[in-house]
Amino acid sequence: MNIYIVKRIFTMLLTIWAIATLTFIIMKCIPGDPFASDSRALPEEVLQNVRAKYNLDKPVPVQYALYMKDMLSFDLGVSLNSETRTVNEIIKQGAPVSAIIGLQAMIIAAIFGVILGSVSALNHRKFIDYFATTIAIIGISIPNFILAPFLIKYFAVDMPLFPVARWGTWMHSVLPSIALAVTPLAIIARFMRSSMLEVLKQDYIMTANSKGLSKYKIVWSHGIRNAILPVVSFIGPLFASLITGTFVIEQIFAIPGIGRYFVESVFNRDYPVIMGTTIFFSAVLVFVLFIIDMSYRLIDPRIKLTSEGDGK
Amino acid sequence: MSKEVINDSSFKKLQKNNDFAENSMRPSVSAFKESVINIVKNKMAVIGFILIVVIFFLAIFGPHMVNYGHSEQILEDANLPPSLDHWFGTDNLGRDMWVRTWLGARVSLTVGLAATLIDIIFGVVIGGIAGYAAGRGKIGDRIDGFLMRLIEILYGIPYLLVVILLLVVMEPGLFTIIIALAATGWVGMARIIRGQVLQLSTQDYVLAAQKLGTPHWKIITKHLWPNTLNIIIVNLSFTIPTAIFSEAFLSFIGLGVQAPFASWGTMANDALSVIFSGEWWQLFFPALLISFTMFAFNVFGDGVQDALDPSIKE
Repeated sequence: MNIYIVKRIFTMLLTIWAIATLTFIIMKCIPGDPFASDSRALPEEVLQNVRAKYNLDKPVPVQYALYMKDMLSFDLGVSLNSETRTVNEIIKQGAPVSAIIGLQAMIIAAIFGVILGSVSALNHRKFIDYFATTIAIIGISIPNFILAPFLIKYFAVDMPLFPVARWGTWMHSVLPSIALAVTPLAIIARFMRSSMLEVLKQDYIMTANSKGLSKYKIVWSHGIRNAILPVVSFIGPLFASLITGTFVIEQIFAIPGIGRYFVESVFNRDYPVIMGTTIFFSAVLVFVLFIIDMSYRLIDPRIKLTSEGDGK
Repeated sequence: MSKEVINDSSFKKLQKNNDFAENSMRPSVSAFKESVINIVKNKMAVIGFILIVVIFFLAIFGPHMVNYGHSEQILEDANLPPSLDHWFGTDNLGRDMWVRTWLGARVSLTVGLAATLIDIIFGVVIGGIAGYAAGRGKIGDRIDGFLMRLIEILYGIPYLLVVILLLVVMEPGLFTIIIALAATGWVGMARIIRGQVLQLSTQDYVLAAQKLGTPHWKIITKHLWPNTLNIIIVNLSFTIPTAIFSEAFLSFIGLGVQAPFASWGTMANDALSVIFSGEWWQLFFPALLISFTMFAFNVFGDGVQDALDPSIKE
């Protein structure tokens, strides 16, 4: 158990290091440096100074070493676009906003996904099942960046229930959370359905039935509790899709979250911000995967903690 | 229920029939034919397949059905609703939406198919080598260990982030998107293939082949790869819609194909600003087609999975 955790933490750190290195290499592959094409046409001496300030005048391995050193002290550098803002500040401001939307979306997706999937499995091959399955497939088929504009049109413009965009009150977070939740909701529902169907065939359900347990109790304490386990393992990839989902959702709703800063920095070629946010996103994802893996193994005592990591 | 009386007259005596006894076997059906029969039985899968065929057909012939160019601007005809002249209406520059939508389909389908093909080639080669090398001496274990470590690390990286990073560095365009998607997409395929090959390589026929002195490359290509075909096809049917979604997503945030070329993603993005002014068709048709394509590939993929992978049958 302990050896496994140590091994996992080691792999986790290795992954974050690999991402940081990969990002560094990709950024270094760009021809020229960020100041060469500056429209302000700085004099040569100023350019020299600026380059020296950002360590761009040093050889690449030295730059790499310096970058890694900064990373170890959690210093991700300064935005090239607004000299006064550090990448850390951008993350500090943007991350909570994104976290609120992401968390709400996750909760909506989990609750309704589990309900939809269970209802469909309990009514296997009946009308409700086909209806719920169709809804799930439609949910998977409609990308969130398509759904969001329609949500705005119908629930903010035609029927002014919610604000159109921007960030402020809780009401502002409702439509973005829904738009973000639809795909994971549908995916959870499908997983839940097949998992529940599997569980309902088990002997202990039959035992519970023959004991005369109420249907509610069977479904709740024997059905859902067992069926939900495989679904938990799927939260990791879902979390990754939520992160990328925030890129567009925050763009569409003009929400000052970290996803929007990331996309903006891509457009402005603001390299320190691109690198910093990429590493931040990856670190969060890797950490969440680790937590899920651990909790999954704690929830279900049948799963043994082993160091075996093959993809079966 | 009425009571039935059972007596001798309820039974009929049959003649002994050797013919029947000899021929009571189910007619022999090849594995391929059987899976096709299974897919055809699945109504949703058939709907998906028909949709895919229609989308491909219109992507190839659609733009030639009308007499407009993809970047031909007729400013007097800007923002026309769908009519007999312009089946899908026109956009804010007077370009015909029907032509642009189906040219966009070409982009999406090309990206989906090309990226998936490259994924499969890399995934099968690397996953096959890793799975076969595992448990075959010190060197074999080391090869597998190295490849698995690499795959494990790459798997932990959110692929769209890497794709976006690559697109920042490279020239935006169709080719770049395919390369960027393929560079990150093979990992999942390699993981699955490795698991499958690992399982297969303990089978008796592989052992027999080895004892008969069959070279490694021949065991991999003749005995292992053909047996992973099922899992490849199942995976393929889900990789294609993912690639199509990714292209639309990237084009939507502005890293996809560049004007004057269009893809569904760029068209949806262009139409965002007009949704409030009432030109619904400019968003509706690209949005509808992205969703239809994803839907078609997903339900068809489900059907294929049910037909090919008996372990997941309900």
